Amino acid sequence: MNNERAEPRVGVKPRGRWSRLLIYAVLTIFAAFYLLPVYVLLITGMKSFAEVSLSRMWALPSGLHFDSFVKAWTGGTAAEGFGELARFGGLGKNFLNSVSLAVPATLISAMIGSMNGYVLSKWKFRGSEVLFPLLLFGMFIPYQSILIPLMQTLSKMRLYGSIAGLVFVHVVYGIPITTLIFRNYYAAVPTELVEAARLDGADIFGIYRHVLFPLSIPGFVVVMIWQFTSIWNDFLFAVTVIGNPEVQPITVALNNLAGSLIVEWNVQMAGALLAALPTLLVYIFLGRYFMRGLMAGSLKG
Amino acid sequence: MRHIHWERIVSILLLSPSVIAVAIFVYGFIGFTGFASLTKWNQLVPNFTLVGLDNYRSLFANPRFQIDLRNTVVFTLLFLILCLAIGFLLAVLLDQRIRGEGIFRSIYLFPMAISFIVTGVVWRWLLNPGTVEGGSTGVNLLFENLGLGFLKWGWFTDPNVLYIRPESGIGQLLQRIGLQMFTRPTFGISVAIISVVLAATWQMSGYTMALYLAGLRSIPDELREAARVDGASEFQVLQHIIVPLLRPITLSAVIILGHISLKIYDLVVAMTGPGIGFSTDVPAYFMWETTFEGNRFARGASIATILLVMVAVLIVPYLVSSTRQEAEI
Repeated sequence: MNNERAEPRVGVKPRGRWSRLLIYAVLTIFAAFYLLPVYVLLITGMKSFAEVSLSRMWALPSGLHFDSFVKAWTGGTAAEGFGELARFGGLGKNFLNSVSLAVPATLISAMIGSMNGYVLSKWKFRGSEVLFPLLLFGMFIPYQSILIPLMQTLSKMRLYGSIAGLVFVHVVYGIPITTLIFRNYYAAVPTELVEAARLDGADIFGIYRHVLFPLSIPGFVVVMIWQFTSIWNDFLFAVTVIGNPEVQPITVALNNLAGSLIVEWNVQMAGALLAALPTLLVYIFLGRYFMRGLMAGSLKG
Repeated sequence: MRHIHWERIVSILLLSPSVIAVAIFVYGFIGFTGFASLTKWNQLVPNFTLVGLDNYRSLFANPRFQIDLRNTVVFTLLFLILCLAIGFLLAVLLDQRIRGEGIFRSIYLFPMAISFIVTGVVWRWLLNPGTVEGGSTGVNLLFENLGLGFLKWGWFTDPNVLYIRPESGIGQLLQRIGLQMFTRPTFGISVAIISVVLAATWQMSGYTMALYLAGLRSIPDELREAARVDGASEFQVLQHIIVPLLRPITLSAVIILGHISLKIYDLVVAMTGPGIGFSTDVPAYFMWETTFEGNRFARGASIATILLVMVAVLIVPYLVSSTRQEAEI
């Protein structure tokens, strides 16, 4: 799954059998703690509506039922006791909204970050060392401190309330982190390669196209995973920029679904699993690159 | 030479859209928010009459904001302690040539990939204490089933605040030496917030584990071996060699996790909201409600500015020192 290349160390003294057992016991107890919510999510999502009761929350389902997932995706009538008219919309359309938000925003972010990283690592100019930390500060700020003017600017740009507006926001506030990752990535490319290309007559675009870009696939993977995960998981920008339930990304819709008392809790759980699935799959299949992005976020690379 | 010249211009042209965007959308907007916090704009229609620091004064006198600041401090401290302790413990244990290390690591780290909203929704059900008539639910029910019923409690629905009572011995002592402010609930621990800390720790402690594990792997084996040859016990190796060498990692973790915890918003929204008596309220939540539901933009801008200052105090020295270090290399 998550194959970090760090090798297990070789010099550690083998300990007594009991202390090894204790180590495994502690590790397993913690693993159970991290997996507890997943267990509840899965078994609850797979229960039939007849089986769902809070008092049997920890019991396994009688079989595989996908009714909750279907209902969470398509919507339907409210839980019993709220009348026939109370309906809720499914998360399916919101899931698709999140896809049409995260995919373009991720691609554009990665391209911009790659360009900036190239300039800041291979075309340094006087003042670029000052500019870089000023750029980076943007990824740490609490976004509350820019939300008010952001809302006004978006309405003036006629981007308020639309997925396009949200794409724009994520691209802009993604500049610091994508630039950081690409700059560090390109800084590790030997200058000799750049100089050799220059002797062959390559200009600024040629060096990028023939030297840096072909080497940067892993860099793109790291940045795209990072951006995809943070954009998919974002709530603050989404809830501020988009009010219309039809256009909302899945995090906002899930929060509304869970907040409304009319929806059964197994449907809420199924919805939560739907919202978590894309980034979880990315983590499971590309965990190593996910880790690298995580480490880059702590600046030390 | 002219050849190099046009490329220099092109390189700056490539960078300039981003620089301009960040200049406007980060620094310009922060400036605007700071300005708005000094105005009378506390209704929908903008009113840019300057009122000095009035918004800040009324904010610091506001009981809800005082509670929010208390919650932020309590949340940040508990969250940091738990994440550092769990992360360090797991990293040290995983560093003992563990079979299936990769699987354990993946399990500890996967919550990082999930949205705080999903975490909040799930943990709200897990820590839902249940009702007297309907019986326990969630983790309380699990405790009951395991025969650990005495561990049951109200989780995030518990409105209690632990603080030094003025009538207690220490309370009277504090009053006598003029520190009676510390005997108010504003200087206490809202127990409901422990539930939110638990969920946040579930999500982020794997990150400290990963940081520490990377640090442990970078300590040369010779160092430990030398200490062992000198007769140091495993615990002494840990205490005198490993912990000091991991100090820079602890600092990074404190800064990264600390700034996340100061900004915490999504998790509170999805899990508890402001809670009973604002027991789980935080400044970021207060800011959003004030601004976008209450239309009190100047007051919202003041809360945002205070948040920014708190984060900047933590981040700016770190940012300056790590980029400077890099320049020296």
